[in-house]
Amino acid sequence: MGDFIKDNFNKDGVDRRGFLKCMAWAGTGTLCVIQGGVLKSFALSDMANRALATAKADLSFVQISDSHIGFDKAANPDVTATLDAAIAKVNALEAAPSFVLHTGDLSHLSKPAEFDTLDQRLKSLRTDKIFYVPGEHDVLNDDGVQYRERYGKGSKGDGWYSFDQKGVHFIGLVNVMNLKAGGLGNLGKEQLEFVEDDVKHLKSSTPIVVFAHIPLWSVYPEWGWGTDDGAQALGYLKRFGSVSVLNGHIHQVMQKVEGNVTFHTAMSTAFPQPQPGTAPSPGPMKVPADKLRGLLGVTDVNFVRGKETLAVVDSTLA
Amino acid sequence: MKKTMLKVVVCAVMVVAMAGWAAGIGTHLFAAAMTSANGLGSGPANGPAEVKIDNYSFMPGDLTVAAGTTVTWVNHDDVPHTVRTLDGTIKSKALDTDDKFSMTFDKPGTYEYFCSIHPKMTAKVVVK
Repeated sequence: MGDFIKDNFNKDGVDRRGFLKCMAWAGTGTLCVIQGGVLKSFALSDMANRALATAKADLSFVQISDSHIGFDKAANPDVTATLDAAIAKVNALEAAPSFVLHTGDLSHLSKPAEFDTLDQRLKSLRTDKIFYVPGEHDVLNDDGVQYRERYGKGSKGDGWYSFDQKGVHFIGLVNVMNLKAGGLGNLGKEQLEFVEDDVKHLKSSTPIVVFAHIPLWSVYPEWGWGTDDGAQALGYLKRFGSVSVLNGHIHQVMQKVEGNVTFHTAMSTAFPQPQPGTAPSPGPMKVPADKLRGLLGVTDVNFVRGKETLAVVDSTLA
Repeated sequence: MKKTMLKVVVCAVMVVAMAGWAAGIGTHLFAAAMTSANGLGSGPANGPAEVKIDNYSFMPGDLTVAAGTTVTWVNHDDVPHTVRTLDGTIKSKALDTDDKFSMTFDKPGTYEYFCSIHPKMTAKVVVK
């Protein structure tokens, strides 16, 4: 298995500590676990906890991201093949996920044929439903009209929505539209009002999962890796005991725990991007062919009710 | 004894580094002056002008041209970019790798623009 990171967040412990931070880079083989408020690192070989998390989970789902169908440059000339490998990875899970979240950049250039290819490939996913949010590559030239026709049925505004699964409240947000010169990702007033209103009726004990394409937290603003009004959206979720934020866009695993909020970004199924500041720009990173699949992957998320435990497992395609 | 030697080595390294830094600045200033004298970069261009899009940057980021000049943007990146003025009056489609976008600037003024996909990319064209 190419699994290389696993997180177990115990809510009580994190609350006591106030702030804990764990970052893991794709390919470094780090395993970070927070238990009782203490951050521990383990070697990759310790996969026993993963099997345990899956077996006890009340709800398990998978996040895939940044498929960039249509991309054909040196960083990965065959993004359809690596998407297929990601699908095979998901289909090989012990238990089929309840659903799959795709956190955007389905296509590279918003071309109908690219969306068609993605749809056709994803049909083979062993799951009941796929939820989407758009990446900036999915809303080129038409302000997202085509994206919403294909993937945004029943959504509001530019394509945001929420739903409940087994007591967990999911909120899908769009932060790739109406971007301002010099700025970062953008939610906008209307969407912020939606978030505020959407969670009003929920009990504070309801676990919340927010997913959007661009990171809602400030990962690396110099490369546009953040959302200008992301903090405002998260402000409406302060009273909740467990908030998980899942993003894509940066094509690598990064995570952070801040109070009751855990942030996590997923790998791409198409091509890796450099770690912040390690290259002149965040453009597609070319790696030797035999290394590529070790930097692409899928994310498996398990919830265990009662223990209020969230387990996030990133698996590479290698 | 050892400490003193270490200090000497550190000082020597710093002197070399600073000399290199100063030389680097000198070269840079000289290059900028040359570019200006050729009518590229900061001086108004007479013929068609080109802005390269490379590594998520518009180059030059500050282009001055004479009224009537046609400016062409060429995307050299592996990802798409756009050219859009802040007021939205000039708006290219998404430019894939090697795609071009041209605009003739007849009216003098400052045209600030950005990439609407990667809004950290900002630049301007000054028309005189």
